Amino acid sequence: MADSMESPTPTTATDIAWNVRNNLVKATDVIDRHLAAIHDRDGEINAFNTVTADVARARAAEIDEGVAVGRDMGPLAGVPIALKDNMCTRGIPTTCSSKILDGWKPPYDATIVTRLHEAGAILIGKTNLDEFAMGSSTENSAFGPTRNPRDTSRVPGGSSGGSAAAVAAGFAPLALGSDTGGSIRQPAALCGVVGVKPTYGAVSRYGLVAFASSLDQIGPFATTVADAALVLEVISGYDPMDSTSIKPAVGDGTLDLTRQLEWGVAGLRVGRIADLPTGASPDVAERLEQAFDALRAAGAEIVDVQVPAYGYGLTAYYLIAPAEASSNLARYDGVRFGMRVDAADTNAMYMATRTAGFGDEVKRRIMLGTYALSAGYYDAYYGRALKVRRLIADDFAAAYEHVDVLLTPTSPTVAFPIGDKTADPMSMYLCDTYTIPSNLSGEPAMSVPFGTGEAGLPVGVQVLAPALKEDVMFRVAAELERAAASLVQGLEPA
Amino acid sequence: MRSAGSLAGVSDPSGTRISTEAVAKVAKLARLSLDADELRRATDQLSDVLDHFADIDALDLDGVEPMTHPTPISNVMREDVELECLDRDEVLAAAPAAESGRFLVPPIIGLDD
Repeated sequence: MADSMESPTPTTATDIAWNVRNNLVKATDVIDRHLAAIHDRDGEINAFNTVTADVARARAAEIDEGVAVGRDMGPLAGVPIALKDNMCTRGIPTTCSSKILDGWKPPYDATIVTRLHEAGAILIGKTNLDEFAMGSSTENSAFGPTRNPRDTSRVPGGSSGGSAAAVAAGFAPLALGSDTGGSIRQPAALCGVVGVKPTYGAVSRYGLVAFASSLDQIGPFATTVADAALVLEVISGYDPMDSTSIKPAVGDGTLDLTRQLEWGVAGLRVGRIADLPTGASPDVAERLEQAFDALRAAGAEIVDVQVPAYGYGLTAYYLIAPAEASSNLARYDGVRFGMRVDAADTNAMYMATRTAGFGDEVKRRIMLGTYALSAGYYDAYYGRALKVRRLIADDFAAAYEHVDVLLTPTSPTVAFPIGDKTADPMSMYLCDTYTIPSNLSGEPAMSVPFGTGEAGLPVGVQVLAPALKEDVMFRVAAELERAAASLVQGLEPA
Repeated sequence: MRSAGSLAGVSDPSGTRISTEAVAKVAKLARLSLDADELRRATDQLSDVLDHFADIDALDLDGVEPMTHPTPISNVMREDVELECLDRDEVLAAAPAAESGRFLVPPIIGLDD
């Protein structure tokens, strides 16, 4: 690794931080280079809702000054990072790509924003998403769709499509997204980058605008597994500001990942889900088989397991997530944040504001959730969905008695054309078949690029692990990354 | 017994999983206003989605404990000490309307239902 570090234009977060910390590269130059890339191409890609150029340049200058006087500026010193625009940044617009938050500037920073700042990372901008993170293509945005940097006629996936595209296009080496049903992993797969959903509670949600509170989790995008591990170590850990944050008996809950990446997979048991729902296209299925082969060749044991309830995850999710969303999004009533449509009384004002402020998909999910929670249907829909959720968690627990990790496709297909699924919500929801169960169980999962499929587009393989076993998950991901570089044709930067 | 929010008993003449009347009622509960076209489209799309959800109908879920949350955390407490809170003026500056240190809203009582 060391020989690749002293490069005049380091591109990975690991290399940038090493060079900046050792005063070999200026953070200001790193920022200027990335701002230039955004200037050149984001008009086409539309990854960003806001580019924080001035704030980034000022922070970079501080980093350089600190390094010059010998101060430790942190493990991510000088590394540009893009944040999904549903993470609160004090004084900087946070839109959730919704008209309803037009003009709102948060009065506080999310915990992850504070942690990144303290670690020396530099906020370069806020990225586009499906409105309130509801979607799988980043087409449901009040600011227009984001395009996939690898084929601009196609979607980047979603809902964190702006963050995935920003990393794939080289606008930033790191980005954060949020993942409620696959919203980090699916766009990572479609854009050919690494994407991680950590264990529920491992990363603070304080300052993440809530979509479905029992499912939402913040996680990173990166071009390498090592970079994803580096930033996850920074943002993970107990936070008293998030009542669902995991408080460990010992230590601060920070995940320990980077030092284990070279440990390999010899002796690990990798599960193949024999009753996995069908629907993956042949190119994706073939790459998954190659991934199993690669891990076997590296010394892992491949074990067949059953997860019978996996296929019911979609239904459980599309009842539970809209139910929670219908409650969470009740706060957008024109009183405290964003826009208001004036009317004669409060009730009329709520209705006029919400009708004008929310897009179609958000309205659809609010209605679906309201329906699922309504008297007469609560037991039939929401109540049953919660029981299915239990079945899925129990099935995973049973499978993990036999294996250390599970391997599945991330997305059933490669990136699809813009407009392909917008008229048919159910076809869009099916994109999440393989990613949803981990959100329901609260367990970690990540997508690793593993070669290409149809039309030369990236394919991702998903690694799933038990709660707080990110270290093992990352070891497997690192092995897949090594195999992808040698076994199949790797991806050039888009 | 129908509570204010009940949808039970709303007729479903189309044979779809959800009627336009039920969708209209749900929209009103959620403080959303749909025109006739939007209502028709929403009914079709929600019916389609609810059709797919029928896959769990056959599951025997008797005795399964509902799972509301991934972690078994309850009643999270903190020390009863003063902490810095959000700046009032900064919060109000981000609101659509404020006056005298408060959020400003239209009349609440005396109009409509």
